[in-house]
Amino acid sequence: MTVTASASETHSRPAQIWLLIWACALAIVLVVFLLEDRLPWAVNYPASAVVPVADWISALMRWIKSNLSWLTRSITAVLGVPLDFALNLLAKNFKIGHGAEAYVLPRLSWVGVCAAAFLAGHTVGGRKLSLLVGGCFLYIALFGQWTSAMLTLGLISIAVPFCIVTGLFAGIWAWRKPWAERLIVSPALDLMQTIPTFAYLIPMLLLFGNSPVSAMIATAIFATPPMVRATMLGLSRVPSEIDDFSEMAGCTARQKLWRVLLPSARPTLMIGVNQVIMLALNMVIIASMIGAGGLGYDVLLALRALKVGEAMEAGLAIVALAIALDRLSQAIAHKQAKGHVHQEMSPSLWRRHPNLTLAIAILVVTTLLGLFVPAFAAVPKAITFTTAPLWKAAVNWVTINFFDTIEAFRVALILNLLNPLRAFCEGFPWLGAVFLLGLAGYQLSGFRLAVLVAALTAFCAVTGLWEKTMATVYLCGISAFIACLIGIPIGLMASRSDRFEKIVTPVIDTLQVLPSFCFIIPVVMLFRVGDVTAMIATIAFAVVPAIRYTNHGIRQVPPALIEAAKVSGCTPRQTFFRVQLPLALPEIMLGVNQTILMALAMIIICAMVGTRDLGQEVFIALSKADSGRGIVAGLAIAFIGIVADRLFSAWTAKARARLG
Amino acid sequence: MSDKTEQEPIVAGTPKDVRPIKLACRNVWKLFGSNATSFIRERDGKASMADVTAAGLVGAVRAVDLEIRQGEIFIIMGLSGSGKSTLVRCMSRLVEPTHGKVEFEGKDLLKISDAALIELRRHRMGMVFQNFALLPHLNVLENIAFPLSIQGQDRPTREARAREVIELVGLRGREHFYPRELSGGQQQRVGIARSLATKPEIWFLDEPFSALDPLIRREMQDELMRLQTMLHKTIVFITHDFDEAIRLADRIAIMKDGEVIQIGTPEELVVNPATDYVAEFTRDVDRAKVISARSLMRACDGSEHGGTIAPDAKIASFSAGIVAANKPFAVVNGTGKPIGEVTPQAVIDLLAGIDRSRAGA
Repeated sequence: MTVTASASETHSRPAQIWLLIWACALAIVLVVFLLEDRLPWAVNYPASAVVPVADWISALMRWIKSNLSWLTRSITAVLGVPLDFALNLLAKNFKIGHGAEAYVLPRLSWVGVCAAAFLAGHTVGGRKLSLLVGGCFLYIALFGQWTSAMLTLGLISIAVPFCIVTGLFAGIWAWRKPWAERLIVSPALDLMQTIPTFAYLIPMLLLFGNSPVSAMIATAIFATPPMVRATMLGLSRVPSEIDDFSEMAGCTARQKLWRVLLPSARPTLMIGVNQVIMLALNMVIIASMIGAGGLGYDVLLALRALKVGEAMEAGLAIVALAIALDRLSQAIAHKQAKGHVHQEMSPSLWRRHPNLTLAIAILVVTTLLGLFVPAFAAVPKAITFTTAPLWKAAVNWVTINFFDTIEAFRVALILNLLNPLRAFCEGFPWLGAVFLLGLAGYQLSGFRLAVLVAALTAFCAVTGLWEKTMATVYLCGISAFIACLIGIPIGLMASRSDRFEKIVTPVIDTLQVLPSFCFIIPVVMLFRVGDVTAMIATIAFAVVPAIRYTNHGIRQVPPALIEAAKVSGCTPRQTFFRVQLPLALPEIMLGVNQTILMALAMIIICAMVGTRDLGQEVFIALSKADSGRGIVAGLAIAFIGIVADRLFSAWTAKARARLG
Repeated sequence: MSDKTEQEPIVAGTPKDVRPIKLACRNVWKLFGSNATSFIRERDGKASMADVTAAGLVGAVRAVDLEIRQGEIFIIMGLSGSGKSTLVRCMSRLVEPTHGKVEFEGKDLLKISDAALIELRRHRMGMVFQNFALLPHLNVLENIAFPLSIQGQDRPTREARAREVIELVGLRGREHFYPRELSGGQQQRVGIARSLATKPEIWFLDEPFSALDPLIRREMQDELMRLQTMLHKTIVFITHDFDEAIRLADRIAIMKDGEVIQIGTPEELVVNPATDYVAEFTRDVDRAKVISARSLMRACDGSEHGGTIAPDAKIASFSAGIVAANKPFAVVNGTGKPIGEVTPQAVIDLLAGIDRSRAGA
């Protein structure tokens, strides 16, 4: 008793001091805000003092472009070869020769590819998976999205191996050299994952032109980090005994790495591969803006023309492709994790890999048949469906019948919630924000975090982007807040009912797989363009981690503690509020952190539907190919993410340390 | 301290071991912490536990001296954290000792080149691990052939050798199973087979049976003894289980806090524990199975003998006979000459746990 009493006493004193400090700090900021007329430079960053970082970057890029074009051109040429091959093979047909005498080698027949998808599913996951994967491909074919989908798939099929190899080597390097991990790899990974995808597109566009190659490079940059992380994690998790064994067997350093450590880490590596595939798909869709083509481009064109039906169709095809690729790669990863099962060795390829040989045979036969029977070469128009008119009719019906309700909802939301908040955020003194965030950093972790947070916040102001930064913060903040408000209760319910969890899990799994683009389409249909659309799409996208982490956090509370609570006579309510919730709090906070980061990523993409924030800034820069402007805005976005992430992580770490 | 036990056998009349020394540790230290090397070098390889702690270092292995002879089963026994695993890793240079010498057939292991070390490990050392350390992506045959394939042997040669050892450890028919499809005992058989595939001269077994159920553990101990009677390897065996040590050992080194506190045959440890710590371990041991006739022997007083026994015969092997005969047995050496006798009373006292020499004093 005395111990706890004295402990709480020593705890309460700093807490009270901090309360006082915060009250003073807020008061100071309020005073600054009220004295706007006297101290305008403290509220709005003076335009005259803006540091022209954007111009510097533009100049640098120009220099690179004019002096290193031989390098970029040769990279384009080299990477173009396998990429063209894949695109020709899957989507475009090979053309040999020129003009009228050109001889055309057909692409793979759609029938063959569907059959191969079916067999691949069968090999790694049995009948259920084969139906799902084969069904997804068939869906794409029948709904008339075949060529676009195969363009997307072709890009992925080249980008993914590239990412895997690069990621593997970077991961090995970081694992071998701790200084490299600490000084180079970790910061680079953080930045690669927080800079919005749009922002990479601009330098790629400048250096490599509007082509599938630049889309592929952007994809590679975006999708490599999980492979690096998986490699580092997998290698560090190999049991030390296996490490010792390889030494005792007399392995050289190379034999040890390639024949012992990496194969032992294969299950973790496969999880990395799955993530690489999904991120690559996501990015290929976004990279359609700089010439990737494929499904993303279809969505983009349709959205620009406000052809909601077409956008929806292409969007659903993306969903189908995403689900097929995700389930397939997950099944492979799962199979790896479970380990091998012995089978009789058989000398013939046919016996060992019946499905593989069958798939190859079918592909060859159907493709050759395609030379004579056009139905095998291209999906015949007669058997394709189009749902575009249906979607259009549905939207029309909704707008005709519910226009007033939706509009009233939208306007009420804008007038009562969004606009006041926006005004508050945009008017917030930049100096005050730097000060308050620095203070928070100091309280949560110490001087270093305080300096980091303050410096990153100041960057946004100093580069003259303060107002747009705050516009982003406002929209991201409100979306993340509502996402948590929805997600955490769902997560809590899922943690308390197995049946509910069974319903929720597949839904959030699917939500997580979908490329961010897809969330915008249905919302645009109903709410047209604007902040409300951006907010709703962001909430839908960002709600997943809030649900997942809350559920996981509550469920991972050790059963022994719950039993202890029950034995000491807690009611279920008390058990929940006084045992489970406090113990799960760090995990839930981690979910909130993820939600914020995902909301930030989505808000930027929502610039497509007309928000006025940093995303718009990047978007404008993209259309003008103004690399300096785009990169600075991209860095500002990344810094918002890093500030939020570091503060939340510090808080979570503190809470975890307290729980022991 | 350990030198003394090495030179003069505790139990009188034990013949001196004349087998060549295979592996020796000479004042081996392993310290963790900053400046550990300079710390021990400055003190010329001598430091007390207090010195080590005061310098902020952790002494995992301290001043270990021991000699392992060719063909013996040498057991390093200690509780967790006593440094036994670190010590065996120092012997194979998986862990680089901070100070001292590890001699393999008289050559300092710590001075040889990396290439020579790899060569040594490939052909002359084998190791078995507590958690088996099998490669999950290879089947039994491939796992066992792995050390040979590392050496660059071609597939038919290495698979032929792998099949030989599979036969030896009784795993025939499981060649194409993957590790996770096998039970713990079977997995460790694979581990043993793998370490034997290269025909090593010295065989390190790091708590090989600790992860197994008691019954299986017993079976595997018998298996090990069976293999040893065929193969005559020099074995360094780590365990935390004193009963296991007693069952298998030619000699046992007992470790505590990184130090070897006593080295001796099981009988020596039981009859003459160096410290209370050792005595604590030996207290519950079934003495009749450990103590030999030599320890109970006294000079013949001319009475009639009911039978003859060898000096190395364990008490348990003749206790029933001697009690039934109710006459002393003569202890005879290899040439049949009596060197002493064991009385029924001495055997009964031992079985009953009465120590007459001390009780009488």
